[in-house]
Amino acid sequence: MIPSLRRARGLRRWEPRADAPAWRVLLVTLGAVAVAALVVTWVFVAYGVAPREAWATIVRRTLLEPRGLSETVRKAIPLLLAGIGLLLAFRARFWNIGAEGQILAGAIGAAAVALFAELPAPLVIPSMFLAGMLAGAAWGAVPALLKARMGVNEIITTLMFNYIALYLVRWLINGPWKARTATGFSYSERFPAEAVLPTLGATRLHWPTLVIALALVAVVALLLARSRFGFEVEVLGRSPEAARYAGIDAGRVTLLLAALAAGAAGLAGVGEVAGIHRRLVEPTQLSLGYGYAAILVALLARGRALAVIPAALFLGFVFAAGDVMRVSLRLPSQLPDVVTGLVLLLVVASEPLTRGRWVRREADGPPAAADARGGPAAAPPAAPAGEGGG
Amino acid sequence: MDLDVLLVATVARALAFATPLLWAALGEVIAERSGVVNLGVEGMMALGAVTGFAVAFTTGEVWWGLAAAGLAGLAASALHAFVAISLRADAYVSGLSLTMLGLGLSALVGRAWVGRPLPDPMRTVDVPWLRELPLLGPMLFQGQYVLTYAALLAAVVAWLLLYHTRGGLLLRSVGENPTAVDAAGLPVRPVRYVAVLVGGLLAGVAGGYLSLAYRPSWGEGMVNGLGWIALALAIFAMWHPLRVVLAGLLFGACFTLAFRLQTVFPPELLTMLPYAFTVLALVFTAWRRGRHAFGAPEALGRAYLRGER
Repeated sequence: MIPSLRRARGLRRWEPRADAPAWRVLLVTLGAVAVAALVVTWVFVAYGVAPREAWATIVRRTLLEPRGLSETVRKAIPLLLAGIGLLLAFRARFWNIGAEGQILAGAIGAAAVALFAELPAPLVIPSMFLAGMLAGAAWGAVPALLKARMGVNEIITTLMFNYIALYLVRWLINGPWKARTATGFSYSERFPAEAVLPTLGATRLHWPTLVIALALVAVVALLLARSRFGFEVEVLGRSPEAARYAGIDAGRVTLLLAALAAGAAGLAGVGEVAGIHRRLVEPTQLSLGYGYAAILVALLARGRALAVIPAALFLGFVFAAGDVMRVSLRLPSQLPDVVTGLVLLLVVASEPLTRGRWVRREADGPPAAADARGGPAAAPPAAPAGEGGG
Repeated sequence: MDLDVLLVATVARALAFATPLLWAALGEVIAERSGVVNLGVEGMMALGAVTGFAVAFTTGEVWWGLAAAGLAGLAASALHAFVAISLRADAYVSGLSLTMLGLGLSALVGRAWVGRPLPDPMRTVDVPWLRELPLLGPMLFQGQYVLTYAALLAAVVAWLLLYHTRGGLLLRSVGENPTAVDAAGLPVRPVRYVAVLVGGLLAGVAGGYLSLAYRPSWGEGMVNGLGWIALALAIFAMWHPLRVVLAGLLFGACFTLAFRLQTVFPPELLTMLPYAFTVLALVFTAWRRGRHAFGAPEALGRAYLRGER
């Protein structure tokens, strides 16, 4: 595939294939993770921390101790919700990178209910989830509408909406929703007791959100495998032309998927404010980049709904490990971002490696015509700029 | 305030604000004209900014810092070029991961320099001769950084190179129809490499402007979406270097005028404006050209594999 490499091998030629065997996908993914682990080890050494002890501390405090394990799972919750949503959006080639903003929008929706709605106590939590989901969905539906109706590049609009959401939250907690007691740091009033999610024992694991997330993953898996809607998504993801011939309304499906994806991210925002912070807080504290990490979750899962669970748990571990590095090992707090970016890069770089094989070159036969860029998960998003890049 | 004084002040401020956008958007126009989309602009700018600052801070030489900033952007784009062109991986995801990696990495290595002002930052200068021009002189050629004037010059140079040389024709052809270029026996991937690397260099310079001139310091939120706005600017300008200047000035003017409303609006809502305006600009572009992607390179975002349609 690399010209010089191919020439050097002389007799061999890289032949792309449409589908990758599962074992190879797994192997390549694990390889990417291993390289990232090596880089982190190198960072340990660079900062003068003994690597062996550092890893032992991380494993103990994120996986072995009950409290640490609960933190890993807790951080996997928003990644599960946003990740399963993005998986749907990516399958329809809607390149949503606005989950971060949709999480914040969900948090705003939930906070509005918690702070201002006068509801009977048992209705508060369900209303918060509903409001958060709707707020997230609305936040994601605007770029989707612009994309479906006018062909506006969704990569940039969803990203711009992240910044708009961030400053919206910041404005709310500094202006109209600012707590009377807030000095220095800004935040909203504390949520009333009936607007706070129960947690598992003394941990911060807000289990109702986890239950919703797992249920959503199951529903999406069923939907994709068994329903007409799942079939439409599948066709649309593989070939927009084929979808048009099959009479599938691409705009409608895209809009529905994008709204669903954004709604799921909105639910994640509800969990963060109602389960962890119990008030609306500074946006960068509220979502620690979960929306961006969820992109990696969706890509690691490669179009398979159930695979979102291990992928989200892995990234939950990365985030929890980041906390351990910062608190116990006194390492910079930006390491999880680096790991996320690195694994994403390695996974996408190795993507072509999973779909192909070296074959003996027969004289000068015609080059393979198979599609090297297929695959539903990491398929290019219908060339956003090519089809309607504006 | 007199109208012409206001106009001059607004254009001058707009230009200072738009300079990093111009550099980064020009780079992206060159890369995308060759058919390779690079969503890593934000990350390349962050890496350029932190590298430039670190080098300028340690050597005391702001121009060494600028060179380092450009090289950092170039090195980062080389990674993207390898993954997207040679490995033929998805260019969109590759660029995105470059942004995430660049932001994380720059924050990581830049920790030692957070909150330290640059002792000897870039200074503003006037352009000889041109500064005397009526109206245009004070608007464009007085009291700006060298990098601002250079950005205007770079746009003209990019336009000349892209539209009035054989090499430029080749680059644009590679972006429109790589199969035809390949069939004519001309290089496809080397041209794309060069375009992406130049794009990275310019993005690095854009970052260097931020940390060496505009706000001579380093902080994690320094780029804060400017890279993404530059990407939008490339689309808004319909991938044309000269239109990038006009579009950049328009963006800059809007932000500058909006910030005059400081007394009326809370600062958080004002900070939101550039991003909202970017969305509006994209909507306007789409509305103006209808559903047809007018002006976009035909093969944008698609890896080239000989024999593949």
